[in-house]
Amino acid sequence: MARNKEALVLLLDVGPSMHHLLPEVEKICSMIVQKKLVYSKYDEVGVVLFGTEETENELTMEVGGYEHVVVLQNIKVVDGDLVETLKKIPRGTLPGDFLDAIVVGMDMLIKKYSSTNKGKKRLCLITNGLSPIKDPYEGSKEDQVNAIAQQMTSHGMKLESVVVRESVVLDENVSVMEENDRILNLFPKRTCAKMVFVESSTSLLGALKTRSISPVTIFRGDLEISPKLKIKVWVYKKTSEEKFPTLKKYSDKAPSTDKFASHEVKVDFEYKSVEDANKVVPPEQRIKGYQYGPQVVPISADEWDAVKFKPEKSVKVLGFTDSSNIMRHHYMKDVNIFIADPGDQNAILAVSALARAMKEMHKVAILRCVWRQGQGNVVVGALTPNVSDNDHVPDSFYFNVLPFAEDVREFQFPSFSNLPASLLPDEEQQEAADNFVKMLDLAPSDKEEMLQPDFTPNPVLERFYNYLELKSKHPDAAVPPLDKTLKRITEPDPELLAKKKSAIDSLLRHFEVKQNPKLKKSMKRMREKPSGSDEEDNYRRITSKNKVDLIENGVKVEKIGDLTPVQDFELMMSRRDNPEWINRAITEMKNKIHDLIEDSIEGDNYPKALDLLVALRKGCILEQEPKQFNDFLHQLCKFCLEHDLRSFCDFLASKGITLISKTEAVDSDVTEEEARNYLVKREAKPE
Amino acid sequence: MELDPDDVFRDDDDDPENEALRQRASSKELVVYLVDASPKMFSTKCPSEDQKDESHFQISISCILESWKTQIINRSYNEVAVCFFNTREKKNLQDLNSVFVFNVADREFLDRPTAKFIKELSRLEEFFVKEIGSQHGIVSGSRENSLYNALWVAQALLRKGSAKTADKRILIFTDEDDPFGNIKGGAKADMTRTTLQRVKDAQDLGISIELLPLSQLDREFNVSLFYADLIGLQGEDLAQFVPAAGERMEDMKYQLRKRMFKKRIVRKLTFSVANGVSIEVHTYAFIRPTVLGSITWLDSVTNQPIKIERSFICADTGALMQEPPKHFQTYKNQNVKFSVEELSEIKRVSTGQLRLLGFKPLSCLKDYHNLRPSTFIFPSDEEVIGSTRIFIALHRSMIRLNRFAVAFYGTSSHSQLVALVAQEEIIDSGGQVEPPGMHMICLPYSDDIRHAEELHSGTNAAIPRANEDQIKKAAALIKRIDLKDFSVYQFANPGLQRHYAILQALALEEDDLPEIKDETVPDEEGLARPGVVKAIEEFKLSVYGDKYDESDNAGHKKVSEASKKRKALADGAVQKSAQYNWDALADSGKLKDLTVVELKFYLSAHDLPVSGKKEDLVKRILTHMGK
Repeated sequence: MARNKEALVLLLDVGPSMHHLLPEVEKICSMIVQKKLVYSKYDEVGVVLFGTEETENELTMEVGGYEHVVVLQNIKVVDGDLVETLKKIPRGTLPGDFLDAIVVGMDMLIKKYSSTNKGKKRLCLITNGLSPIKDPYEGSKEDQVNAIAQQMTSHGMKLESVVVRESVVLDENVSVMEENDRILNLFPKRTCAKMVFVESSTSLLGALKTRSISPVTIFRGDLEISPKLKIKVWVYKKTSEEKFPTLKKYSDKAPSTDKFASHEVKVDFEYKSVEDANKVVPPEQRIKGYQYGPQVVPISADEWDAVKFKPEKSVKVLGFTDSSNIMRHHYMKDVNIFIADPGDQNAILAVSALARAMKEMHKVAILRCVWRQGQGNVVVGALTPNVSDNDHVPDSFYFNVLPFAEDVREFQFPSFSNLPASLLPDEEQQEAADNFVKMLDLAPSDKEEMLQPDFTPNPVLERFYNYLELKSKHPDAAVPPLDKTLKRITEPDPELLAKKKSAIDSLLRHFEVKQNPKLKKSMKRMREKPSGSDEEDNYRRITSKNKVDLIENGVKVEKIGDLTPVQDFELMMSRRDNPEWINRAITEMKNKIHDLIEDSIEGDNYPKALDLLVALRKGCILEQEPKQFNDFLHQLCKFCLEHDLRSFCDFLASKGITLISKTEAVDSDVTEEEARNYLVKREAKPE
Repeated sequence: MELDPDDVFRDDDDDPENEALRQRASSKELVVYLVDASPKMFSTKCPSEDQKDESHFQISISCILESWKTQIINRSYNEVAVCFFNTREKKNLQDLNSVFVFNVADREFLDRPTAKFIKELSRLEEFFVKEIGSQHGIVSGSRENSLYNALWVAQALLRKGSAKTADKRILIFTDEDDPFGNIKGGAKADMTRTTLQRVKDAQDLGISIELLPLSQLDREFNVSLFYADLIGLQGEDLAQFVPAAGERMEDMKYQLRKRMFKKRIVRKLTFSVANGVSIEVHTYAFIRPTVLGSITWLDSVTNQPIKIERSFICADTGALMQEPPKHFQTYKNQNVKFSVEELSEIKRVSTGQLRLLGFKPLSCLKDYHNLRPSTFIFPSDEEVIGSTRIFIALHRSMIRLNRFAVAFYGTSSHSQLVALVAQEEIIDSGGQVEPPGMHMICLPYSDDIRHAEELHSGTNAAIPRANEDQIKKAAALIKRIDLKDFSVYQFANPGLQRHYAILQALALEEDDLPEIKDETVPDEEGLARPGVVKAIEEFKLSVYGDKYDESDNAGHKKVSEASKKRKALADGAVQKSAQYNWDALADSGKLKDLTVVELKFYLSAHDLPVSGKKEDLVKRILTHMGK
């Protein structure tokens, strides 16, 4: 474990020009530490701020200089306090000097580890690069950078710089900015360093890897173009989905006094004979059976091993073909990258030559790969060139797995051109669409490409880790809504929409969409568009649940019919084969009532709706589901008030419908008085 | 049995609302194979591939067998029956002469093919003469009409199942183009009329009748003599029929063993385009890796299926418990608990929705922006009228402007940033190759992307780049090894095909394994052509100089260095291991008193794995010593 321990020093610009970005900086830095707490809790992290009023670092005491650089946190093993510290980064007051900060950070790493831990030491600089750096006492800035870079290389450190570049830069700053960019750009040329520019707060959140994974080759060996030409390559994963963490199952069986209880749950599988439930079949007596028509054919693992397909480990080129022969949607899996064996200069040249020639000629190579000896199948895929424009990064290939004939399902669809004219856009509509596609541009030439995968964080994972942190402090906290910055990933950017309003409006003007009137009401309900308000959200949850039910049960859904809804409901409620029936019945009943009210003309459906509501109320009391009814009644009243259906509320009040109170069902949190007054109050409030 | 896709979707051009109907229609086929067993079917021999003469009867049977074997792998629920006509014996529910329904025990006449059924049919020759026998059923003078009887039996067999849920078909294999040729006068007209009437009755019941004619070597099967009327052929189709039928027969035999999938909507989505305007789209799984069929665990003694029971056991108390409602993550030395609802709430970001975020030029979609197979999207007006029109307009604009759409796609359990790439319809002579619509491609997030290429870039020296000449030589090489008409559809998965072949061989107790050709091996012969070899040599010379072989050896040397080190270690271990009296230690049970390091001396000296806990090491040593 200690072998993979990483030491990271965060160098954060907190000068005044960075203030508005610091909330995002806090988020990404605390996220890095939070993930370390989960995945690599022995990693060590230090934090250096620059652009502060104060000065607090060892170098200033030892040699002087390095003002306005504060070591907020010395390098230490990650813990909860560090997360707290990073969530409240103190704001600075002066423009900071990032070179000073780099030196301070480097000094910390050297003092702590000297030259051990090579390759596991990382400096992360986050700045907007708008503050000037001081001239060094001797030599030029370039010399200084060279000296620093040399130190870094000899100690095996890496530098990652994230430069936040928002659109407007004041004129007087331009020269400073260019100078800084030039200086920062020197690092990647001299040492192991990387620099990225980001423009939006969303991409800032995705600019740093929040979890470090040590790369492992999946293949080392020959890329065989012919038996006479083999190039030594290493294959790594280029993309690999970071999965939602697998949580352990919790057992509350251990007594609360037991401090050392693991609370874990073991899942045990037992194999039992179908005829005799008490007979356990031992593992060695189990044999795999494969379906053949209606029968199951037992085949032992040994039998398979003797006859199964056993290709030799190899990676062979079948040939080259035009890149247009490969469709983008044929790519099957996560992507691999082929790099020439870094120790073989000729292999690097050979890969470079092939990649560049393929790029020029728009060709891809088709490969047959068996990564490991003993692998039971082969993979066929396309090798596409990845020509590098960084002098320090070799040319390489991307490899995407292609489908086999068996994997492609040949479904036919009607040609668009053969559809009736009523389904096709006319010229004006086409023009509106063209304009819309042109205007809603996420990659304008003068700005950073928005939502670039390389800089886009995973909103679900971010949400999970934030919630994890929150829950560690407040165990009963509810799931927080999605962070504003993350909403830029899941929803259209309101700024962009506002800017291109004319194109959008013209599109909407030219096209008309409407619900199909022939469809049943209940089906339509599901399609209603959610708007995001809480009530609507609830609404959507109900309907989406409904949808799941429908899909699961197909036509068999036990419906509440139009003829005898009350009886149907009661029958459904009394079904005991599955507790889900009750929920389903209640949900269906709610929809029914909703539909009745919505469709009613001058209150003609009200009495029927009332009957249903009374039945629902009775059912909810019987089944101890008072909350379901109470929430629904709240929702219903709100709905009525919003849709000019106040008369229904009045009607209910006049018929004496109330919330379910505590006296009727213990689970209710409504007192009798509240229950009785609910609709009466409603009546009085508006106007 | 494959339906001709052109045929099934012929009326695609009209209203797409039919589509839903068409998908729901007929999930399985009920097929009766009517095989003519007249003496003529046995006497005519055709040379087959392996130089052995095959009779028409044998051809028919092997064709049927092959197509069933494929069907079984496809896991279709098709039900089949085989029925011979012009037989000596009779076996059918109606007790009609000259018709013999072939079957095995435990199986209904019309049922799914089983291994036993296939096996019995394949050894039909052994007992055909004895138990079934061949005999002309239509003899002048008698009123018997074996074709009529056969059709009647087939129709009766197909009474099972409703026409709505199943496709019912009768396939006739015969080489007699004029069944009533030897009957004269009124009797002939009478027989023709009644037979055609029977066919018409069957068709009225939703049964389609197809003919697979077998031509004589010297004389082609003349459809117009009788069968044209029976299967309703006219005009141009008539001339095309016989050659086309021949192809069909080949198709039946050499179909790829591949699971067939019905076109099925995976999800119905709301695609919100802008400012609250949402359209309806359906998604389809077009390309998905085919996995081996599901396995069932069996008890190897009884061959009965095993039931798997899952139980949850509290690790602290050992108590049996219900499925726990909470999960936890250890974080900052505490257990942070989550309920299932909370977890699904976290994941629920945009349920059932596809939200358009904007458009980008296609060049922004890099080759490494991929995680999973894509999903196909096609619009539908079923619930939201006007969906198709907007979709097509956007589709056309995107193609014209070379852009793809970026959208956020969420289901209840998973959500993802996706690219929507518009695909234009591609048609070739064989029909639709790529349907029009959009492909949804999952985009990775920043944490999903790794930068392995930057791993080795720590040094000051710039990485070497190929020069003009080297690139030119590479280009010449690429031109030489060109796959002209490469299509992703061209390779069958050799592992999978092998699996199916083995399964079939074991199920049918066939003795030898059918050879499965691995289509994915490179064309060694082509690579040995002088032009190719020359291009390769020139490339090698340009890139490696004359050091290609050395560079090859350099790699070996490196390996040998590592192995030298390993060897040195092992030698050391041998020496050290020699200092212990292992036998004595093992006998006195004192092995466990040694340290792990000491134990490892023995293991490395004997080339045994050194992994595991101390107990394992001791056990491994004892096993090795045979104690």
